[in-house]
Amino acid sequence: MALLEVQDLTKRFGGLMANQDIDLHVSPGEILGLIGPNGAGKTTFFNCITGFYPPTQGAVHFLDEEITGWSPERVCQAGIARTFQIVKVLRDMTVLENVMVGAFLRYPRTADARRKALEVLGFTELADVRDQISRNLTIADKKRLELARALATEPKLLFLDEAMAGLNPTETNEAVAMVRRLREQGITMVLVEHVMKVIMPLADRVVVLDSGEVIADDVPAKIATNERVIEAYLGEKYRATD
Amino acid sequence: MTSSMKTNRLNWLILIILAAFLLAFPRLFTQPFLQRTMILILLWSVLGLAWNMIGGYAGQVSLGHAIFFGLGAYTSTLILTKWDISPWIGMFGGVVVAVVVSAIIGWPSFRLAGHYFAIATIAAGEIFAVMFRNWRWAGGAVGVYLPIIRGERIANFQFHEAKYGYYYIILAMLAITMLATYLIERSRIGYYLKAIREDPDAARSLGINITRYKLYAIMLSAAFTAIAGTFYAQFVLYISPNTVFALLFSIQMCLVAVLGGTGTLAGPIIGAAILIPMAEYTRVYLAGRAGGLHLVVYGLLIMLISIYQPGGLMGLVRQWQQRWSTRAQRRDAAVAVPAHHRLERSEGSGDVTDGAS
Ligand SMILES: Nc1ncnc2c1ncn2[C@@H]1O[C@H](COP(=O)(O)OP(=O)(O)OP(=O)(O)O)[C@@H](O)[C@H]1O
Ligand SMILES: [Mg+2]
Repeated sequence: MALLEVQDLTKRFGGLMANQDIDLHVSPGEILGLIGPNGAGKTTFFNCITGFYPPTQGAVHFLDEEITGWSPERVCQAGIARTFQIVKVLRDMTVLENVMVGAFLRYPRTADARRKALEVLGFTELADVRDQISRNLTIADKKRLELARALATEPKLLFLDEAMAGLNPTETNEAVAMVRRLREQGITMVLVEHVMKVIMPLADRVVVLDSGEVIADDVPAKIATNERVIEAYLGEKYRATD
Repeated sequence: MTSSMKTNRLNWLILIILAAFLLAFPRLFTQPFLQRTMILILLWSVLGLAWNMIGGYAGQVSLGHAIFFGLGAYTSTLILTKWDISPWIGMFGGVVVAVVVSAIIGWPSFRLAGHYFAIATIAAGEIFAVMFRNWRWAGGAVGVYLPIIRGERIANFQFHEAKYGYYYIILAMLAITMLATYLIERSRIGYYLKAIREDPDAARSLGINITRYKLYAIMLSAAFTAIAGTFYAQFVLYISPNTVFALLFSIQMCLVAVLGGTGTLAGPIIGAAILIPMAEYTRVYLAGRAGGLHLVVYGLLIMLISIYQPGGLMGLVRQWQQRWSTRAQRRDAAVAVPAHHRLERSEGSGDVTDGAS
């Protein structure tokens, strides 16, 4: 049984097809990589699943329940959490307070939420900055904080939108290790990364988007040699040097 | 850790001294002008704190709070004058009316972004002023005089010989409003409101139904504002649409909170303690010579705060506290190297990198 099942998902912005007939599923316990060049529609896909955009067409099922068009808060309550490509930390609140906001979803009492938040901060190695105002964090810590905050909602499925973009090599390695530990905890993840290199060793399966369409859905080893994928990325490289 | 415990103990000390001073105030200062000013400070502290619940914590700037104030004042007054029922009971009637109306106003307006919400609340305020001006049964534009009831008893909610009664009633109301704010700040709703203010999308992604929590906030805010409205009616013994539904009232509620510092417990009280004596002074001593002077002063204040100190006076206090605690941390850091390392690394980060992806 699939944890998440997406059928024929289409999102149109005026004349632009940001997502076109996307069919994909996520199985429990797996790490699914979602890659594609700039503007391929990865973030749009996230937004359609997590309720930030209503899909133009198609259906989304989560745990055998149809969640198409649900509001973001309802999707989160159902057990899907996400991070944002452009970080959205609660800037004037401390790191601990940020994570407590997430924890309150399952733990309405302050003392319980605090305990849960501290546990997550320990797990994500943010414990020693917990009293800092989050606006002052490094970009890497901000991304980690967003992850911690999402984890505090105790999701069954986690969508990470470019959690490793903009990090230096050391920070990237730390983030990769974190994703591995999350998987050991039994959390299913969909990782969006712009850079293929990061995804390949992590993902069990990779879906490639190009111009809003799925052009490949396979194990990493096969993706690396897929003609259409290489073409899409080469095309991008070509454009980039323009 | 230790420095935060110290500030905590300091806060309690300040609170206890303040409480003792406030309890003794009417015995220490017997001049009527001083007592009246103090009652107004306490009244405006309640109003500032009430406004702060939606305007400060949730960041939804309302310029229509005179609606809830006016509804509180009118409901208890009409119940008293028409049916001869105690204003204490009428006060709860006012709370119910204000809470219902706040939900009716809030529900559609919360969909409006930023400034449009403020504009919508101004419009709603004007609608209520016009409605009451034309409502004959409720006294029309002339307003309503409250019947004088002799016998200085709390149950009557009227005092004529001495102002002690009013003073202690509004002090108790302030204590309750402070307690409510304290509880909000420390519970889920307080965290949620701040999250909504900081980033509505992030809040929604964490499972927060933002419309529902904003509604809770405006309903709580309206309830305390209405209570203050009843107090005002009993204190002044005359209400009219032009006074209790005035836009200026709404602006002053907002200003009290903004001047002291929004989203804090102490801010609105500090704001009231500074603004109200100023307003009273200009009203009493300069009224004849310069009618709208306090409006000019308000305008200047709003400009100055928004340019130099958006955090209000509490923002200043926080900056000092932070400077103190980083100094203390530096001292600790000399011993614990890793923590120091962390601190430096994060200081080096700028917001420039935010959008990088
Ligand atoms: N709200 C919107 N309104 C109109 N067009 C949009 C909107 N959001 C995204 N788009 C467009 O949809 C297309 C897909 O964008 P999306 O952000 O999903 O791409 P992406 O794969 O996440 O790219 P990146 O790697 O740059 O993050 C782009 O052409 C973008 O301009
Ligand atoms: Mg994107």
